[in-house]
Amino acid sequence: MHCLWCDADMIPELSWKTIFWLSRPTYLCPPCAEQLTILKGKRCGKCSRESDEEVCPDCRWWAADAAWDDPLVRNYAVFSYNDAMKEMIAKWKYRGDYCLGKVFEGAYQTAFKQAFSFLSREAVAVPIPLSDERMHERGFNQAKMLADFLPLKTWDILTRNHSEKQSKKTRRQRVTAANPFQLTRTVKHPVILADDIYTTGSTLRHAAFVLKEHGCPAVYALTLIRG
Amino acid sequence: MDDYELSRRYAGKLLLRHEILIDEPRFEHLLNAHYFTSETAIQTKWSHHECRRCGNQKPSLFGQIPCHHCGETHVYCRKCIEMGRVMACSLLYEWTSPDQPWPSHPNACTWEGELTTAQQKASDLIVRKIQGREKEILTWAVCGAGKTEILYPGISEALKLGMRVCIATPRADVVRELLPRLREAFSGVYIQGLYGGSLEKDGTAQLMIATTHQLLRFKQAFDVMIIDEVDAFPYTHDTSLPFAAARAKKETSTTIYLTATPRQEQQMRMARKKLPHVFIPRRFHGHPMPVPVFHMCYSLKKDLQKSQPPKAFFKWFHHRKTPGRQLLIFVPTINLAGNLTQKLAAILSNSTTMAVHASDHDREEKVQQFREKRFQILVTTTILERGVTFPSVDVAILDAGHTVFDEAALVQIAGRAGRSPSDPTGEVVFFHDGKTEAMREAVRSITRMNKRGGFH
Ligand SMILES: [Zn+2]
Ligand SMILES: [Zn+2]
Ligand SMILES: [Zn+2]
Repeated sequence: MHCLWCDADMIPELSWKTIFWLSRPTYLCPPCAEQLTILKGKRCGKCSRESDEEVCPDCRWWAADAAWDDPLVRNYAVFSYNDAMKEMIAKWKYRGDYCLGKVFEGAYQTAFKQAFSFLSREAVAVPIPLSDERMHERGFNQAKMLADFLPLKTWDILTRNHSEKQSKKTRRQRVTAANPFQLTRTVKHPVILADDIYTTGSTLRHAAFVLKEHGCPAVYALTLIRG
Repeated sequence: MDDYELSRRYAGKLLLRHEILIDEPRFEHLLNAHYFTSETAIQTKWSHHECRRCGNQKPSLFGQIPCHHCGETHVYCRKCIEMGRVMACSLLYEWTSPDQPWPSHPNACTWEGELTTAQQKASDLIVRKIQGREKEILTWAVCGAGKTEILYPGISEALKLGMRVCIATPRADVVRELLPRLREAFSGVYIQGLYGGSLEKDGTAQLMIATTHQLLRFKQAFDVMIIDEVDAFPYTHDTSLPFAAARAKKETSTTIYLTATPRQEQQMRMARKKLPHVFIPRRFHGHPMPVPVFHMCYSLKKDLQKSQPPKAFFKWFHHRKTPGRQLLIFVPTINLAGNLTQKLAAILSNSTTMAVHASDHDREEKVQQFREKRFQILVTTTILERGVTFPSVDVAILDAGHTVFDEAALVQIAGRAGRSPSDPTGEVVFFHDGKTEAMREAVRSITRMNKRGGFH
């Protein structure tokens, strides 16, 4: 077995620690694994951002906006967005190193158990989709890969219009922009949206809005990182 | 685009379809007329894969991906993925129509500096090899010999002969550093620098500087291939530089190796007189390389586990011969660099200490600040700082016996000291808890070079 990040040869070390320490990704060698930090301290109960306040200023802003009845119950994020994480995400998602995604499997599953064990088994995982153009370019959807890690059914029921880059818009523009998502079938179970990153929360809220509009009882999100 | 332009753009290349900017009907026609020929990018025999773009054959560097286009699961190459993913269903296209000759530049070199005697000797030899279209020559130049200037007459000669020239290096830093110098030295020639993130990407210049990765897009393109291996460690064990360079040069071509630490295989060929070579044992300022001093520290591993610099380090630090010099500290890992810097900053509160490592976003800025002497101590790992020169530093390695410090690395690190004519010496200290063969060899190699340079 070789480390999926640095390709170092790993000698499997079997101990009680490695068997029970499930939150650690096992596809990485110890020095590489050490570079990823799982969010542990106090965080915003709504969006998972590291924060001493119960609800961070960002999320208070969402709550205060009268135009929105916030469709997203809450987001839970697994890792902090440090330099090592940025590089891994870039290689996985943009360069398209598909199998690197396995690195996140263990921690993503553990986070699901920690944060969403209250959900019934009927809950479904819905990945945030790519537009056809992006899908054509990259060849796979990283969010779908994450959704498939969960012990739930994956329903790939959202589609997305190609739109200009999110980062070029202000937050206000992002919120008021036309919703890029459509639903291919309705869902009457609670949904966990799967995506790699929560940045402003507008993408996830757009997706949640469409789901709720068509009768979904509750929408949560589980992201790899809180940007 | 007419045939001439097509040839300029695509001759000597090996490209994926999306890298060829020709619309589908036209491309179809060019394929049928054999202007382009294709081959499967990943070849598989008995479940053994080989990437035809980067030469990768290592099983752990291949992955599986469900292909969005074919609906099947394919193998893909992870090694050259920075250049765009190559999968089992990808094709590589090569220009197979006759290519157009390059222009001759009678007096391309506009550099007005002067070479030292040792530089001149090496330079003359390189010119002769190029004129004779001889296969190869290795230039064994001590760190700080002024290797770039040595190349100018050879490059000038090649351009006069209408040849196409490439300088290949494993590091983007080196491309960025060399490009402005070459543009000044050959001010009338169009020169491109190719690295991940460079603005120019098409690789259509007669004179180019490229990283190993970028070379993977070339095939039989260059008459003169200059391989800058001085900065090659930790890439010496990576086979992609020799692979890419061998494919990118023409069948009849001259390869010039520049190195301060020849690889085992090169040393053997030199000893058997199979590889022509020339020494430049003197630094351009005429002073010898500093010889490393060993300091044994029995509790080194324990200390470093607590990110604590060993006692011997402080003892040395406080009694340095030239306390005004900046200090460059090398450590084996990124984590240690960070933690140790905090400890040092607390203990040596009179000096400012910073750490810098490969994935550090402020890396270039910190290095620049250190060069401007804005702070005193820089802690770093091997991945960094070979291309980078500081005028006046002492150098320390903590845990010089660690496996990341092989002989070539140690020689390179020692070569950081005494680079400036105004401060041509510097202390180099290896802190260790047991001498390794690499440490001994590094000192032997430096002493031998100094002897050859006429120092005793
Ligand atoms: Zn690793
Ligand atoms: Zn929040
Ligand atoms: Zn490859």
